[in-house]
Amino acid sequence: MSAIEPGDGGGWSISDRSRMPVPPQLALRVAILGGLAMAMFAIIFFRLWFLQVLSGEQYVQQANANRARDLPVAAPRGEILDREGQPLVASRTTNAVQIVPSALPPAGHPRLELYRRLGRLLGISGAHVEALVIKGRTAVPYAPVTIKTDAGQGALTVLAERQNEYPGVTQQPVSIRAYPYGKMAAQVLGYVGQVSEGDLKLSAFRGVKRGTVVGQEGLEYYYDRYLRGESGIERVEVNAQGYPVPSNLAPTQPKAGYSLKVTLDRGLQLEGEKALLQGMENARAGGKPATAGAFVALDPRNGQVLAMGSSPTFDPNKFAKPLTQAEYAALEGKTKTSGAGEEAPAPLTDRAVNGTYPTGSTFKPITAMGTLEAGVINSTEGLGAGQCIHVSTEQFCNAGKADYGAVGLVEALKVSSDTYFFEAGELANSHGNVIQQMAHKLGVGQQTGIDLPSEITGLVPDRAWRAKVAREELQCERRKHVASCGISDGRPWSVGDNMHLAVGQGDLLTSPLQMAVAYSTLANAYANGGGGWVVRPHLGMEIDGPQGRLVQTLSFPAVRHVHLNDEDLNLVMEGIHEAASQPGGTSADVWAGWNQSEHPVFGKTGTAEHAGKEDQSWYMCYIGDPKRPIVLAVTVEQGGFGAETAAPIARLLASQWFGKPKKFVSGTSKTF
Amino acid sequence: MTPLSPITAPEAPSAPPATGARTLRLPIDPVLTLAVAALGVCSIVTLKAATKDLVAGQPHYYTDRQATYLIVGLLLMLALSRFDYARLRPLKNVIYGALILSILAVLGVGHTARGSQRAISLPFFSFQASELGKVLLTVALASLVVDRARKLQRRETTALVMLAALVPAIFVIAQPDLGSGMVYVVIAFTLLFVAGASWKHLTALIALGLVSLTFVLVAAPAVGVHVLKPYQVQRLTAFLHPSTNPQKEGYQQEESKIAIGSGQKTGRGINATQTRLNYVPEDHTDFVFAAVGEQYGFVGAALVLVLYGLMIWRALRILVMSKDLFGSLVAAGVTAMLMFQVFVNVGMTIGIMPITGVPLPLMSYGGSSVITTLLAIGLLQSIYIQARASQALKGRVLR
Repeated sequence: MSAIEPGDGGGWSISDRSRMPVPPQLALRVAILGGLAMAMFAIIFFRLWFLQVLSGEQYVQQANANRARDLPVAAPRGEILDREGQPLVASRTTNAVQIVPSALPPAGHPRLELYRRLGRLLGISGAHVEALVIKGRTAVPYAPVTIKTDAGQGALTVLAERQNEYPGVTQQPVSIRAYPYGKMAAQVLGYVGQVSEGDLKLSAFRGVKRGTVVGQEGLEYYYDRYLRGESGIERVEVNAQGYPVPSNLAPTQPKAGYSLKVTLDRGLQLEGEKALLQGMENARAGGKPATAGAFVALDPRNGQVLAMGSSPTFDPNKFAKPLTQAEYAALEGKTKTSGAGEEAPAPLTDRAVNGTYPTGSTFKPITAMGTLEAGVINSTEGLGAGQCIHVSTEQFCNAGKADYGAVGLVEALKVSSDTYFFEAGELANSHGNVIQQMAHKLGVGQQTGIDLPSEITGLVPDRAWRAKVAREELQCERRKHVASCGISDGRPWSVGDNMHLAVGQGDLLTSPLQMAVAYSTLANAYANGGGGWVVRPHLGMEIDGPQGRLVQTLSFPAVRHVHLNDEDLNLVMEGIHEAASQPGGTSADVWAGWNQSEHPVFGKTGTAEHAGKEDQSWYMCYIGDPKRPIVLAVTVEQGGFGAETAAPIARLLASQWFGKPKKFVSGTSKTF
Repeated sequence: MTPLSPITAPEAPSAPPATGARTLRLPIDPVLTLAVAALGVCSIVTLKAATKDLVAGQPHYYTDRQATYLIVGLLLMLALSRFDYARLRPLKNVIYGALILSILAVLGVGHTARGSQRAISLPFFSFQASELGKVLLTVALASLVVDRARKLQRRETTALVMLAALVPAIFVIAQPDLGSGMVYVVIAFTLLFVAGASWKHLTALIALGLVSLTFVLVAAPAVGVHVLKPYQVQRLTAFLHPSTNPQKEGYQQEESKIAIGSGQKTGRGINATQTRLNYVPEDHTDFVFAAVGEQYGFVGAALVLVLYGLMIWRALRILVMSKDLFGSLVAAGVTAMLMFQVFVNVGMTIGIMPITGVPLPLMSYGGSSVITTLLAIGLLQSIYIQARASQALKGRVLR
């Protein structure tokens, strides 16, 4: 090896044998290097101190937020019980086919292939499976997505046996809502479904987590905050790829929902629905379309809804599983009936609460009360002679051009003389809104306050209303520059309007429930010497804990007290009692064989006319009893005369309620 | 002369036999050895928790391998410490040739991992030529500088040395392994600095470096020329805008900061989630310091840093006590390599340095890096032993 010669560069002595002390230049440069190292360590230490000691707490939180995911654990939903405490709505455990998104094969072909395979097995399309997974993942990340409940034993066996062919697909026992009586009281009970984005924003759903099953309609919706309980939280530790890993994070147990005891009488409800169907079938046999109907049974004293039904109806069990678009459209009545070109009646609509109808002659007791109290008529004065009443160029006639002669009030109600009430309406018109005021006083044309998510307001037409819609029509025509907006024909209030109202026709719109409230008010006042009250109809009775412990009694005080002239009221009640009991009364033949002294029936038929359609059949009645009086409202759309279709249904309901033999007696009265 | 026998200076025509027996027992630097061994232990302890779920069913996969690399590396270090480093000096062309060839071989036959071709698959581990290149380049450049020691002030020397480093640097950057390329340049610069290149040249080099950095990161991409791959540019600049979005660059660094920060004073131990659940990717290789910080907190991180401090202190001391310029320059190169890698790697995990893919010496999992570092330490030990021997001959022992 060649020896290194003494160098001149940098003043370094390169001699190995006589190593000089470290030259100053090297010392300086090494010192700089060392200084750099020290500076570097100082920076790192300060930074570490800042991160770990000063900001440590914040980073611990971030790290925990990173790894823990909260999954809601569904709380057992409370049951809905009938007035005897028997369950009308419960929960049942079934197997659900679920997909655990994190365990799926990689995105792209393998995953789509799995969706297709699973779809074939379950009888749904692969694209539908994919859509469900995407939707579920967005709603509650990390939670398994339910693809199908009640998949059938065959499919479940295949899944269990060939697990490796279906990666990420599991079966889980899930609790789903069960309606053991199927279609019974479907619109009243409602149904459940995953909470919607819109609902989450409402204060009523505060604290509800995404993906929670909540009430969507009916009592399930209205009393959801009692029924739903509190979701538990399962905490899942996930790694950076989003895969859950085993962990010991403690879960929060769910809190079961309360049960709701309702006022419905199961026997009466079942019988009512059966009777409604029977009545509709009977009408159809008589050539009437009888497309839809509804009934309400109310305790007139306190407004408890004893039974309430609407037809057509649906099975809320369907909502416990995912519903297809077409199925939902059918429930909303959006499918076209074959050839008719018009929409089918919507099964989801509760016609007892949300149907808006004219009432026909069932309105006459209200007209009678209004005109009597205002002194427009007097009970003994004979009115309505002849087949028709002529006002200017118009004529107002009795059904079938019948002539009852000039009759008094009681007789007019008994035979349902239209000419009598046309004349009363004509006379009342010059006294202002006497009929309208009585209707409002008794509870028609205003919301009843029932404990259901929606109800109609209805309309009792008067002068101000006519002027208002005429104004709106004019404004609309000007704004849109069209010949007509269809709001109103623009004419002012006329005496004819009042005459139509007097017999429950014209622009009057109300629901069976409102009519039941009005008849309850009459019944209350009748039983209490004129001092009555407008009840608040309701279904909720009490909230019970999971073990049946009473949590809260629901109270629904009367909306207001009313005072009716006792004398006038007695005359009106006598009229409608005779109608249901005396020969010649419109519904007397329907009640043939009924023990009127034990359970006096105060009933009024109604036949509401609809342009271009078959008449709507109505029957309203109050049946007296010292312990369990009842008010019944029954209507059948396009069902013909009131006595013919609606009244017999009411008799079946009454027979069930009082434990009498059931007999379907179709009345013969052809009155409106 | 067999490689392992002589402790005498090679220039000495003949060593006195009387002292030969005594100097043979001259020990390696104890502090340096202790620091290295301690870091090895730290590496195993840290990896044990951080990698136990990485390979399903094999919780010891990484620790077993890392331990093997450490043991092999330590044996190589001991062997190299008994070898007179000075004999490497005349082999500079062979060494430099081997460096270039191995890097080209990687480009030619290497396998691709995560988009970069950095290693050649060997039966037991994949050989990363750019890692070994750090030591090879140090020795070759040190030799070159010593050869031109008289002409150090000349511009050609500076240019030549930098060029000799830039050629392999450009090849490894093309792999792409930006981190190693930067280490090469830093080694060359430090050698010139320690050897005594003029301040003017050094300042010019720094200026040139800054200009080219600006060009590569800002100017060239702006006109559509991508010297670096776009992901490299993003990584280099991501620390300026941290993000917790995994789709974004800067995520890794943010998660690393969360990991280290959440370690607080004494660490989260087995409750560490950031590294165990893989929120910090590469927490066993480039981001191993995040695992240290999360599991053992400020105390653990400080301990590791202190061990590096000891290593660098001893390296600088060996630089000064070296019996010749070649030894000093080799020591300077190794010091530069260690300092740069420690600072850039740790700086990256705590969010004050860009992500450049530089391993943390001895701590990061990886055979090439561990063995290369231990070879470099072996060279330091050799310089230490030779210096002690040379001083012992003169009766002046510097401790």
